[in-house]
Amino acid sequence: MLDKRMTIDDIVDQLSDGMTIGVGGWATRRKPMALIRAIARSGLKDLTLMAGYGGMDIGMLAATGKIRKLVFAFASLDHFPLEPHFRNARQAGAFEVLELDEGLYHWGLRAGAMKLPFLPTRVGIGTDIITQSGFDFKFVTSPYGDGEQLVAMPALVPDVALIHAHRSDEKGNLLTQSKDALFDELLVRAATRSFATVEKIVPTAELDMKHNSRYNLVERAMITGVAEAPLGAHPSSADPDYQLDLKHIKTYVDSAASPEAWAEYKAKYVDVPEAEYQAAIGGAEAVAALPVPIY
Amino acid sequence: MTDISYSLAELVIVACAEAWRDNGEVMATGIGPLPRIGAGLAKLTFAPAIQTTDGECWYTTEPVGPGKRTAEPEFEGIANYDRVFSALWSGKRHALVGPVQIDRYGQANISSIGDHKKPKIAMLGARGFPGNSISHPNSFFFPNHNKRAFIEGEVDFVCMAGYNPARYLNGQPPKGLDLRIIVTNLCVMDFGGPDHQIRVVSLHPGVTFDEVQDNTGFPLAKIADDIPTTPAPTAEQLEIIAKLDPNNVRATVFKDNPAGDRKAA
Repeated sequence: MLDKRMTIDDIVDQLSDGMTIGVGGWATRRKPMALIRAIARSGLKDLTLMAGYGGMDIGMLAATGKIRKLVFAFASLDHFPLEPHFRNARQAGAFEVLELDEGLYHWGLRAGAMKLPFLPTRVGIGTDIITQSGFDFKFVTSPYGDGEQLVAMPALVPDVALIHAHRSDEKGNLLTQSKDALFDELLVRAATRSFATVEKIVPTAELDMKHNSRYNLVERAMITGVAEAPLGAHPSSADPDYQLDLKHIKTYVDSAASPEAWAEYKAKYVDVPEAEYQAAIGGAEAVAALPVPIY
Repeated sequence: MTDISYSLAELVIVACAEAWRDNGEVMATGIGPLPRIGAGLAKLTFAPAIQTTDGECWYTTEPVGPGKRTAEPEFEGIANYDRVFSALWSGKRHALVGPVQIDRYGQANISSIGDHKKPKIAMLGARGFPGNSISHPNSFFFPNHNKRAFIEGEVDFVCMAGYNPARYLNGQPPKGLDLRIIVTNLCVMDFGGPDHQIRVVSLHPGVTFDEVQDNTGFPLAKIADDIPTTPAPTAEQLEIIAKLDPNNVRATVFKDNPAGDRKAA
């Protein structure tokens, strides 16, 4: 019987210094934060972080000095537009960056997922994306008579992808039940190996795949391991199970004000076992009661 | 003269709405309260075919204003992340966005100020600006028309392509580059001057061309020697704006919510 169940620490044990790690989700939605906190607590270093649609994943790993290079299109907490720990780290020149357009990042993942070396695009033309020092962008010319010159977006191929989903069985059949699947599918398909945290691991029958098929983004063969991590996206959302926690995100934002403030946040919310974290945020009941945000 | 009183925010909303006139059936994205209400106003008056979203991932039948809602809107389609790129790469979108910097070419920046490797100020990152700029029409809103926004040289990190021949790939502007209007607290501009030079097309009531030029880091063209005044909102438009923005978020955009006609002030 195929059993891919692991713990969060088992997943972190699969990571090593210098690895390229891709993170799913978007800003404040479905970030695998339990895993990010575990990486922040670990001895891992010199990571290349691919977080095109970044939020606290970037900020927390920046604040804990884990990043050697960041591949991203933005870092934002949406309702709080600027990611404060990302800002501090960028302004200190703490790591190299490859800054991409959101669609260009998606295009790189798509090339990775299709096992192509690159995909052509116009995105980046006329901008500093293709002139920045972080990467030597190449161009291709259309062979079809029009002769148009296009940007060759290289495949993005993380060593490991980390995503958060809603349900899984023990074989790694996943359901991502949010109304917006984001680009987690392409990230997983692009990566060499992928690990998912899920709100709940259930028997296959309970996935009710007949009715939920549209929420099943990838074949289980793409998933190396699954860890049950209830509230594992908090303080980002795992809608419809729970919404983002604006109050906690505010606390996190305030923690960037000084090294002391960050040390306090880190001691209370990062350097603790997940059960203690959950108690500190008021437990499952408080998270279930979080209001639907207004955009 | 009209005796209808209106705020600068309402004047700007009406000016922003004009971006979507004669656009056909496109996705209308207004970033920030005034452009968003502007898109709603366009949809409820002269541009009923445009599609607007709830700001998350649904197209809604009726435009949704900023802030708290009394009821869930009716959804008419899905605008999830993947679909937004499909739509925008098709060209069937017109976004009105609010960058931090813009230059004489229309190149815009929301990424960083200073050296990109170690910025003085790190902001959002390029987001979808590069792709937007070469895929579909774009317009702009700047709440503070000054030389920090309208800068003398090139913007610090070019996130949106502009009409800058030095950056053209094939010796011509990128396919799909189509910059439309710039609405500010002082005036409305477009790219209709010689070689796409930015040009003042209307001045808000009480504002002079010299005042606009003095607050801009590069030379501006004029649509005519006698520049028209930005049209004041009509009573009907003000009523629709009030319905679209029952939370009065528009009153919080400009400091002290000034009147739209600064001659009268």
